[in-house]
Amino acid sequence: MSKLPLLVTSSPHVHGGNSIPGIMNAVIWALLPGAAMGVMVFGWSALFVILITVAACMVTERLVNAIRSRPSTLPDNSAALTGLLLAMSLPPNSPWWVCVTGGFFAILLGKHLYGGLGYNMFNPALIARVFLLISFPVQLTSWPSPSPLMSGQAHSLAEGLALILSGPAGAPELLDALSSATPLGQYRTELGLGHTVAEALGGTYAFDLLSAATGMLKGSLGETSAILLTLGGLYLLRKGIITWHIPGAMLAGCLAPAAIFWYLDPTKYPDPLFHLVTGGLILGAFFMATDMVTSPISPVGQIVFGLGCGLLTYVIRTWGGYPEGVSFAIVIMNAAVPLIDQYSRPVVYGAQKSKA
Amino acid sequence: MGIMISALRRFHGGVHPKEYKELSRHCAIEGIPLPERLYVPFHQHIGAPCDPCVAPGEKVLKGQMIGRAGGYVSAPIHAPTSGTIEAIVEHVAGHPSGLTMLCAVLVPDGNDQWHPDLKGLVDPLDLEPQEIRDKIRDAGIVGLGGATFPSHVKLTPSKTRPVEVLLINGAECEPYLTCDARLMEERFAEITDGIRYMLHALQTTQCVVCIEDNKPGAIQAMTKAAKETRNIQVLALPVMYPQGAEKQLIEVVTGRQVPSGGLPGDIGVIVHNVGTALAVREAIRFGRPLTHRVVTVTGQGIARPANLEVPIGTPVQTLIDRCGGLKSGVKKVVMGGPMMGLALNDLQVPVVKGTSGILALMANETVQKPEGPCIRCGNCVRVCPLKLTPCEMAWRARHDLLDQLGDVHLQDCCECGTCAYVCPSNIPLVHYFRYGKFALAAQKREKEKTALTKSRSAAKEARVAAEKAEKERKKEEMRLAMEAKKKAAAAAPAPAGENQATTPPEEHAPAAARPGGSVAPRVAREKNTP
Repeated sequence: MSKLPLLVTSSPHVHGGNSIPGIMNAVIWALLPGAAMGVMVFGWSALFVILITVAACMVTERLVNAIRSRPSTLPDNSAALTGLLLAMSLPPNSPWWVCVTGGFFAILLGKHLYGGLGYNMFNPALIARVFLLISFPVQLTSWPSPSPLMSGQAHSLAEGLALILSGPAGAPELLDALSSATPLGQYRTELGLGHTVAEALGGTYAFDLLSAATGMLKGSLGETSAILLTLGGLYLLRKGIITWHIPGAMLAGCLAPAAIFWYLDPTKYPDPLFHLVTGGLILGAFFMATDMVTSPISPVGQIVFGLGCGLLTYVIRTWGGYPEGVSFAIVIMNAAVPLIDQYSRPVVYGAQKSKA
Repeated sequence: MGIMISALRRFHGGVHPKEYKELSRHCAIEGIPLPERLYVPFHQHIGAPCDPCVAPGEKVLKGQMIGRAGGYVSAPIHAPTSGTIEAIVEHVAGHPSGLTMLCAVLVPDGNDQWHPDLKGLVDPLDLEPQEIRDKIRDAGIVGLGGATFPSHVKLTPSKTRPVEVLLINGAECEPYLTCDARLMEERFAEITDGIRYMLHALQTTQCVVCIEDNKPGAIQAMTKAAKETRNIQVLALPVMYPQGAEKQLIEVVTGRQVPSGGLPGDIGVIVHNVGTALAVREAIRFGRPLTHRVVTVTGQGIARPANLEVPIGTPVQTLIDRCGGLKSGVKKVVMGGPMMGLALNDLQVPVVKGTSGILALMANETVQKPEGPCIRCGNCVRVCPLKLTPCEMAWRARHDLLDQLGDVHLQDCCECGTCAYVCPSNIPLVHYFRYGKFALAAQKREKEKTALTKSRSAAKEARVAAEKAEKERKKEEMRLAMEAKKKAAAAAPAPAGENQATTPPEEHAPAAARPGGSVAPRVAREKNTP
């Protein structure tokens, strides 16, 4: 009789269809509106930052594959996602070499040195951002004012490219737009000078909530539009890619102390809404802390992790050496994940009654 | 404190794979012509294998025992039809590694003649529960849901805990399978009859028939049948895999959890499959052993899906031929359900008591993707019905960290496959768990062997030492006896002649024996001290 070439594998024989590229692509789609808003607000230079960073990540990924004689891992799209996340956490006018160094660091030292996707301890995009911030503090804290496309202050495509390739010298007319502080930086500096919150955020640097929510304020390329980023996060929640545990706990971990201190002394501590819409809290909560590889696997662990991220963010923002603390907070909590995992395993079915 | 029966509870996690039940749900159960040969394995259940009790060449009748149970947790095997035992040989069987199993090759004579000694019980409900259990044991009935645990064992209430409720499992949560659904729709009265005997054996009065609500026909039929019988309640449950797993069904229906490492009986619940209830009825009423079962033959690779009632031992190929054969492009043939079934590499494998389905899966229905890295997405943790951490178990098993497998509760895993179903990296998690369990079992055996060797060598040393001591003691006794004799001889000279002939040479060295005299009492004292 004819012997069929039957496939023999272990059960189960059907699969739900989840895949790594599927997850990565969903996250990329969820990020794109926020990234597009970044380009809209900060001009063409932001687009070049994104493109250069993503390309740097993908080239490094392929290079490492070749060195390790492994098949290309580009199709899983994790390198592209790392690049996009890193770009969105950089200042919109970052020089090209900052983007390239960051992408190279993220993929090579942040990921492949540990063994590649699934083995890295820290979020590659964030560890690269932290590396850049410590190594190139000037470039990483040069915040241009919003200069929306199709507005009077907008720079042309060529000017944008020149800005990225040869720095401010390449587009001197854009110089005066630089060197101002983000709302968080503004608050910390002014407070250090003995001013109240209202004085710090009023006057020439007037902070208004609406432009903050839509993204019309200084900050990293992709972190400014609270509304679009939240929508992206909700999309991921709805698709079941992420669960509410990490973002929910991280927001709560940052906003709860913010509310308490604001209640105690509103002249020294800004209100929770300020913390919510400025800086990278929403980007961090929905897209950075939820990085699967570097976050706990059980719901309880995820809540602990999220609370830690949020709390550390608030602590660094309020008392730390940097005005913004999202990256540091998440990277520090990344290091605690193995410990959290070990102590937050779910109680196994039937275990609690075995004593009786 | 009675049990609160409710369909509103849920178990942790679970998934809802595409059902594909529509392929065969409307196909009434049909018989098949007797195949040319039946290959009846002697090990079709959990527990000890059977010993063949027929010889090649022997004529057997339908229902005649051909394999004797190998212990308490075992079940006898019977001839599925009348005919001649052609041989008793190793034949391919449903084994995960494609190994062979000892099988009786039965050539049917076509008469399908029952053994005349098979008789049902008269007034079974008036008999002692043990008599019911004996009858079920002798009929070779095992759990027909797939676990194939001998049913008489599960119908024995524990001595310490009375059974409060019997759950009849008609959930049939595996996709594709429809054999239980068809049984309930067509043989509801027989099933409820069987349930009455089960209740009697368990000495309990409450029974809940649990059916997932994607089987309205079965729910309707069983509800109607249950109305005529007291004590039986039908419960419709929302569809969720693996609801038909024993522990999950118990949790959903009663709200109780089986203790880890324990049995359902520990919390006063017993679960039996609907097919088992039917088999019990046949055994009690007619004395007929388990010789046939209903198998769903389905999948997109089958020309004409069907629910076939076939003799145990029928080769899978026969079933497939009966259903119009395999379509071209079939990727995989699975025995059982798609989540927990066994992929076959040979279609001559026979149907056994636990075979619920034969699935012919096309490439688009099954998966063949390379394993990727674990990205710790936590999907497996979220869906595990036992609240385990599958990803952590898998890497420990993969790296042979056997002493850590207990920390992650590997032994609690029921291998339902829910974790692997949702894994974005296609990691064969269940495969790793099986490997880990086997490695642990091998390690345990090795430990037992070492312990046995150790205890044996210790016993040998003790024995040698005891023998040596015994020899010394005898020597000393003899010496003492000699001395005493000599003293006596010195005190009163014995008559010459015979004494000299029998005494050993030592007697001629009184000086050498002297120090021994002082040693002897000391040795004796030492012996007495312990």
